Amino acid sequence: MTIAFYIAAAVAVVATALVIINLNVVHALLCLVISFLAMAIVFYVLGAPFAAALEVIVYAGAIMVLFVFVLIMLNTGGAAIQQERHWLTPWIWVGPIGLSAILLGEFVYLLWRAPVTATSGALVQPRQVGALLFGPYLLAVELASMLLLAGLVGAYHLGRTDRQETDKHGGKGR
Amino acid sequence: MLNLLPLIPAFPLLGFAILFVTAGLLPKRWITTIGVGSVGISALLALIVMFAFLGAPQPYTKVVWTWIAVSGFTPHIGFYLDALSGLMMLVVAFVSFLIHLYSAEFMSTDEGYSRYFAYMNLFVASMLVLVLADNLLFLYLGWEGVGLCSYLLIGFWYRDPVNGLAARKAFIVTRVGDTAMAIGLFILFTNLGTLDIQPLMQQAVAHWPVGSGLPIAAAALLLGGALGKSAQLPLQTWLPDAMAGPTPVSALIHAATMVTAGVYLIARTHVLYDLAPPVQTAVAAIGALTLLLAGFSALNQTDLKRILAYSTISQVGYMFLALGVGAWSAAIFHFMTHAFFKALLFLSAGVVVQRLGEEHDIFKMGGLRKRLPLAFWSFLIGSISLAALPLIDAGFYSKDLILWEAWSDGALGPWLWTAGLVGALLTAIYIFRAVFVVFFGPVRLEPTGPTGWRIAVPLVVLSILALVGGFVEIPPYLGNVPAFSRLMQSALPAPPAAVTAGSSSELMLSAIAALIAVLGVVIAYIAFRRRPAFLQAMVQSPTGLALQHFWETGWGFDWLYDRVLVRPFLWVARKDQSDFIDSFYTGLAVLSRAAYQQLSASETGRVRRYAAGITAGSIVLIAILVFA
Amino acid sequence: MSVVLMQHALLLAMVLFALGTIGVLMRRNLIVMLMSVEIMLNATGLAFIAAGSRWGQADGQVMFILILALAAAEVAVGLALILRLYQRLGTLDADAADSMRG
Repeated sequence: MTIAFYIAAAVAVVATALVIINLNVVHALLCLVISFLAMAIVFYVLGAPFAAALEVIVYAGAIMVLFVFVLIMLNTGGAAIQQERHWLTPWIWVGPIGLSAILLGEFVYLLWRAPVTATSGALVQPRQVGALLFGPYLLAVELASMLLLAGLVGAYHLGRTDRQETDKHGGKGR
Repeated sequence: MLNLLPLIPAFPLLGFAILFVTAGLLPKRWITTIGVGSVGISALLALIVMFAFLGAPQPYTKVVWTWIAVSGFTPHIGFYLDALSGLMMLVVAFVSFLIHLYSAEFMSTDEGYSRYFAYMNLFVASMLVLVLADNLLFLYLGWEGVGLCSYLLIGFWYRDPVNGLAARKAFIVTRVGDTAMAIGLFILFTNLGTLDIQPLMQQAVAHWPVGSGLPIAAAALLLGGALGKSAQLPLQTWLPDAMAGPTPVSALIHAATMVTAGVYLIARTHVLYDLAPPVQTAVAAIGALTLLLAGFSALNQTDLKRILAYSTISQVGYMFLALGVGAWSAAIFHFMTHAFFKALLFLSAGVVVQRLGEEHDIFKMGGLRKRLPLAFWSFLIGSISLAALPLIDAGFYSKDLILWEAWSDGALGPWLWTAGLVGALLTAIYIFRAVFVVFFGPVRLEPTGPTGWRIAVPLVVLSILALVGGFVEIPPYLGNVPAFSRLMQSALPAPPAAVTAGSSSELMLSAIAALIAVLGVVIAYIAFRRRPAFLQAMVQSPTGLALQHFWETGWGFDWLYDRVLVRPFLWVARKDQSDFIDSFYTGLAVLSRAAYQQLSASETGRVRRYAAGITAGSIVLIAILVFA
Repeated sequence: MSVVLMQHALLLAMVLFALGTIGVLMRRNLIVMLMSVEIMLNATGLAFIAAGSRWGQADGQVMFILILALAAAEVAVGLALILRLYQRLGTLDADAADSMRG
């Protein structure tokens, strides 16, 4: 089973790399979905099936779909690809890669110095997760629900356009 | 009666306060009444107090309240009356009253009428404080007050910038002296622990041996202050320019009272000068040099008031000469007679100038003898007294006394006497030059306008005083009336007995001096009435022109000070225009502004930049956590 | 379900996080930037899961659920904002929204 971990990890890394390099946004989106699916497999191998299921349903299923909807609404088209090509000059890479490399380096150093440990290999049942959620982490759950409510209201309010604005922009938006 | 003493400076001060607050809103008659009346009441009170004092000549002190009360230093607002301050007070108050009366008519058409009387009242109050103060700090208050009023009154017609410049020059030059005096006061206080004059003098005698460093320093610094106020060498340059003020101001401040403040100071602190013989010799030497210098300069002036200004410098030089040889009461006697005849000269000159429509050049005047008889006789009497023509005038007795006491003073005596004699000759020549040029000869400019009683009365009174004021001190060979010096003895040390006793040499020297004075009149008569062409020819030669110019500009002192002091100062000021000393503080502002601009440039508004910043920051934080 | 070295799991999380950082810093398209943020959040979740499975407890998964909720809310609001920004600026360029400069 460990081999599955490594394969899925490789897929995830490659897909993520493709996401950030891709000129076409829709293609990047799809690559990201693949990355999330690979992540779900990793979660399963690590003994967290519930998390794996949630990853697929919520992350790849809901959040990415949101992205797709927005892209459809924006409807940028071929001009966007040209624009991206224009933006992504070779020199752009240097700074971000440098910074990230340093960050990565620090963490690798930390991992290097830590004692070698392994996961327990046990499968954590959803029942256990549910018991924790309704037990010690009850408050966190309530807070998360508040957060979601706030996000809901905020997104609704921001997404709404008034009559005047629509007229100004010549009927764009909703 | 003596406890009326504090009221004497209080009334002019009150007058000033009223006129200052109402600032020209009062009707003219009220202003006159307040302005002249306050000084009149002051003069009356001075007379009453002086009479009471003469009845029982004891020094009298009246402390009104404590000014400052710091540990060990408690100067009071206190007034001290003895023969010296009493006489000064009387002369100042009385002459001031006459001049105020004169001003009421002289300045009647001026738009600054109220302001004028306010300043004059403040001046009289300050001068009275100066002479009556019982401690040196209070005296310094009066000293500064008269300096301030001098500035305000010289620059009275402030719309003309020349007047402002003259006022500024006066203030700055006297400031140099005032600073020296302040340092002298510091030395006195730190070493002797008090500034009250009488205890100070006793402390000085008790603690300081004759000729030691401290009294020399203190006396020299106080002398510096006196030189500034009294316009002696090297601080004499301000007085001729101070003639830019109205004539009554010149009469009061720059002839009769303020310029004698230095004389009063030295007389008051004579104990210090007795403890510092080198400084006293310096006083005499400065007096002698100044009177010669000013005499030569007065001879070459064409402005009537400038002649009188240089004459004042010269006569105060005589007073300093007297102080320097230890003839304290002779100096005060000369102060009194000088106040009378110099005020008289200025006031009559003022009449002449005003009637001729503000014409100051004597060579544009002429023949005013018949046109302005009052001015002529006043000026003539004043000139006679100034030149010290024998017997008939007050100036003769005082100048004679000074010359005799100068001769009797040790090794330097004969030199000082010679200087005084040459000065007397020059005095006679220059003042009669003015008399002959202005009042004799053909009429060049017609005078206009009347002269009222308020101008006539002071002129008449001063004329009488200039003639008879000297009879209080008649030398032994003429009748021996030492009333004045007897009065002064209660306050000032008397000259040695050999001097006061009559001697034939005194008579002889006196005769020489009288002859010299008459000779001067004769020379002036010949040079300016009979043979003016001869003098013109002598002057036209190259050396003659150069000498005349040199003497006319006061022996080049203005030029010297301009080159040595004013120009370097202006150069430094110009160099410091951007105030590089201040650049440390402005540099901080500039630095923070630059830092702000740098930081502001880092706020590009772009999200990616901010994200990069966050990443870099987190890298640093993690590095600190990991490696430290 | 199998024994995996912690180092490797955390290394994977770290690499994904670094890639997400590169994406945020490098791309100018707002949507891609938001996607990169999602990558980073996901990587963090992976780290929590790995930590939870080290001890065999469910706490890691609970944290992951909370992160998920957070990401969902954030994406919703973020996309709404991107829409409004597109309406205002007419472009998806992140550098076009720099009126807060200075």
